Amino acid sequence: MGSLTFKQGIHPEYNKELSNTKAFQKAKRPEQVIISLQQHIGAPCQPLVKKGDHVDMGEKIADSDSFVSAPIHASVSGTVKEIKTIQTPIGKSSQGIVIDADEEDTLAKGIASPGSLSDLSPDDIKKIIREAGIVGMGGAMFPTHVKLSIPEGKEVDHLILNGAECEPYLTVDHRMMIERPNDIIYGTKLLMKAISVSKAIIGIEENKPDAIKIMKKATANEDGIEIKELETKYPQGGEKMLIKALLDRTVPAGGLPLDIGVVVNNITTAVAVSDAVKKGVPLIERSVSVTGSGVNNPINLIYRIGTTIDKLIEEAGGLTEDASKVILGGPMTGFAQPSLDIATVKGTSGVLVLSKDEVADFNPQPCIKCARCVDVCPQYLMPVNLSKYAAKEMFDELEDYQVLNCIECGSCSFICPAKRPLMQYIKVGKNEVIAKKRNKS
Amino acid sequence: MMKEQLVVSSSPHIRSATTVRDIMWSVVVSLIPAVLAAVYFFGINAFLIVSVSIFGCLLTEFLFQKARGKEVTINDGSAVITGLLLALTLPPTASLWMVLVGSAVAIGLGKQVFGGLGYNPFNPALVGRAFLLAAYPVQMTNWMIDGVTTATPLNVIAESQYMTVEYWDLFIGNVAGSLGETSAFALLLGAAYLIYKGYISWRIPLGMLSSVFIVTYLFGGDPIFHLFAGGLMLGALYMATDMVTSPITKSGRWIFGFGAGIIVVIIRLWGGYPEGVLYSILLMNMTVPLLNRYTRPRSFGEGAK
Repeated sequence: MGSLTFKQGIHPEYNKELSNTKAFQKAKRPEQVIISLQQHIGAPCQPLVKKGDHVDMGEKIADSDSFVSAPIHASVSGTVKEIKTIQTPIGKSSQGIVIDADEEDTLAKGIASPGSLSDLSPDDIKKIIREAGIVGMGGAMFPTHVKLSIPEGKEVDHLILNGAECEPYLTVDHRMMIERPNDIIYGTKLLMKAISVSKAIIGIEENKPDAIKIMKKATANEDGIEIKELETKYPQGGEKMLIKALLDRTVPAGGLPLDIGVVVNNITTAVAVSDAVKKGVPLIERSVSVTGSGVNNPINLIYRIGTTIDKLIEEAGGLTEDASKVILGGPMTGFAQPSLDIATVKGTSGVLVLSKDEVADFNPQPCIKCARCVDVCPQYLMPVNLSKYAAKEMFDELEDYQVLNCIECGSCSFICPAKRPLMQYIKVGKNEVIAKKRNKS
Repeated sequence: MMKEQLVVSSSPHIRSATTVRDIMWSVVVSLIPAVLAAVYFFGINAFLIVSVSIFGCLLTEFLFQKARGKEVTINDGSAVITGLLLALTLPPTASLWMVLVGSAVAIGLGKQVFGGLGYNPFNPALVGRAFLLAAYPVQMTNWMIDGVTTATPLNVIAESQYMTVEYWDLFIGNVAGSLGETSAFALLLGAAYLIYKGYISWRIPLGMLSSVFIVTYLFGGDPIFHLFAGGLMLGALYMATDMVTSPITKSGRWIFGFGAGIIVVIIRLWGGYPEGVLYSILLMNMTVPLLNRYTRPRSFGEGAK
């Protein structure tokens, strides 16, 4: 029997071997961190500190009254130097708190384990997760406590942990499974308890055989937690694709996994949840792969959130001579950065540097209607039409052709032999359609 | 450490290595067995026809693009394919000036007037052939094998209802007919390579061939004969599967294939021409915008509760 998967999708070169055998190393404490107040999908946080204040490591420095938001903590101890407008890794601007680090790493008062799996109630767990500022760490940065709050009337029966790590190059989830299987399982159990389900499935792509072996061994005596092998295919780690592959359930268009009884979280999120409960430590550091042919020594790091990209690249031996594109995230959905002083956020799972010959400027050719984009789209859309309608600003047609169902995985642009920037058009068109709908209502 | 010139562009940041040019030249390569078979069965004249046809297509494309001040793209392989395909639909007795006219019409009227690669609604090679068939009907149906003028198997069937060739000769190509229409074997070999590479759709040829088979059988014809006779193989495998002029949806491709097959049978069994492949594909080309429109796949989770 073959491994589980979804229909269509692509097989890019994975290039995981650059870093998948590199054990996590702790990055040096940066002299300064720049902590964005927008590190999650939802309302930005408001600062709780002001210029000149001393902060301890793990101290909450920003929060929001809004439900869809997650508080933010200092990742170093030191002095607040300023609060200013900064550039975020997704090309937007936000407020950011700049902290000059001292050398003490003084832990904030009151940081201690709040309890254990057996004596915490589901609500306790959700509260701990919120207070720890945990967001989806696969890159999407959706506040985890919101995901775990099941609305009245919805029945959830499965937790799925995403260990697919389908983005090429990235290896942090892979390393987590090898190095911290027990914390993943502890975090899984906490998440299961938080949403009151008895079944969890951890899906792992088969290009990580060592991780599969270790995770299988670690869960051998765990009732209700199952390891399942997934075909190595992009975008296998997309929520909808993952659920289709593991449970053969279809998330309705415009709906959520909740609608079909599933909550999906990332492997690394489970580790953060485990840390928050075992040690009481909020989300102030995370894992990242600094990789690609544009760095001298690809590496997996644990770094303080708010560290600027140049510091992480330094740990990977610096840029090569022909380095020419720096991407935060993976090569399929990540964002190219205009400079190296951009600060990392909770969702920064990869710093990928591509060399000059890898970023050859593709000259788009006329579409030959080969339909390869239609054949690979995991959402069964027609990217060739969508991009055409988006370019001509035909919004009704865009909506009619289900543009809102696009998950922006980039498979269409990847496969296009004419090298047309299909997803770029579609993204713009999709945003316009969303904006138009919002204006109407 | 700081880089001055970082490239910033939209995701995805990696692209598949396959280009339009790769696909086009693969189609050219896949047609080599058919060309070799043509030269083997029909001699040096076949080689000359192929050469002139390709030359004519490249020259026309070059002149059009120069005249319109556009980038010259004659090395993208697409004009070579048109030249090859047109040549393969011509009789081995075709005169070279006629071939040259046909190739100019194929590229000029079939492709460049619509704006070039990707914009043409009809398969250019078929436009070229349709023109030649109308302009030079006698030359176009002057068949010959081993130096003797003869009728094609389809002519024989159409005129006498009596079969005179062996299936094996039909399959291998040892019969009268157009250069590349005769050897089903060589065409299947090339097409298998393209299907393996994922460069042509298997749904269109399967739909077309199976509908010819089924409908001929239902109306008392010899389905195996009709499968391998005439231009069906060349048309189903290489003309109908032309990316630019065939549907982009999977169900659209099935309908396109079935529709073309049914038209072939109608013309062959009851029409005034012995052969209907040319018209079947040109007619179905016209339906492509409609097919694409009405066979939009249901997107993931659409209509799911």
